Amino acid sequence: MSLSENLFYFLSFLAILSALMVVFSKNPIHSVLYLIIVFFTLTGQYILLNAQFLAVVNIIVYAGAIMVLFLFVIMFLNLKRETEPPAKSKILQFAAVISGGLLLLVIIASLRTLDPYKIQEGKIKGDIGLVENLGKILYNDFLLPFELASILFLAAMVGAVMLGKREGGERNF
Amino acid sequence: MPEIITKIPLEYYIILASILFCIGVIGVLTRKNALIIFMCVELMLNAVNMLFIAFSAYKGDAAGQVFVFFIMAVAAAEVAVGLAIIVMIYRNTRSVDIGQLNKIKY
Repeated sequence: MSLSENLFYFLSFLAILSALMVVFSKNPIHSVLYLIIVFFTLTGQYILLNAQFLAVVNIIVYAGAIMVLFLFVIMFLNLKRETEPPAKSKILQFAAVISGGLLLLVIIASLRTLDPYKIQEGKIKGDIGLVENLGKILYNDFLLPFELASILFLAAMVGAVMLGKREGGERNF
Repeated sequence: MPEIITKIPLEYYIILASILFCIGVIGVLTRKNALIIFMCVELMLNAVNMLFIAFSAYKGDAAGQVFVFFIMAVAAAEVAVGLAIIVMIYRNTRSVDIGQLNKIKY
């Protein structure tokens, strides 16, 4: 097996294991740290697939900004193993795992009817994941969604500030 | 073209993404901590992102990668608002237990 194949299997294994640990670890801080591992393994997959720009953006935005925000809120609310809400009843958990597994089963079973995908050798170029190429597409074909995203950010910022503002009364701190 | 797409069939990426997505679904259904549920939603978003990038690499079309860029932007905005809501819930109920939010039922 070649290096990239080995790397794919290793990264997939690590991603699935850490994703399971996100769900099943009792301490919320551990969940966040395992989620960061998942994001880093997915970044490795992006690099393997020649999506270098998105790999870097994934580290900066997800592992950098979003996870720090999560960690900050967990420390701010002082959540730890003891403050964890009591687990759902065993039968509900069992039902949840069964239904999730059935969803996976349906997706994989539907894959079996597909023909194996044929790669068109000549059409694929190696540089589609680079900033120059993505920037050209982003500012030509996707200009309107790009501008709308800025409005979304403005609305999200106003919303977050409004929600996070301290209110009067003794129930709030 | 990247070496990996000649070695690994596209189906493996679909299976990996669906496993990660289903783990996210199971997390949302089993946990009661609002923050963990939120993290599982992020996990599901990332599984979809990976699938988009795999399809984009195998088809040689960069539009999928631009789409992932937008998903990341929306996820960042969603996290900011969602965490503000969770802090708000904590202020009012002194816990992040979603079982305590059952008054919406009535």
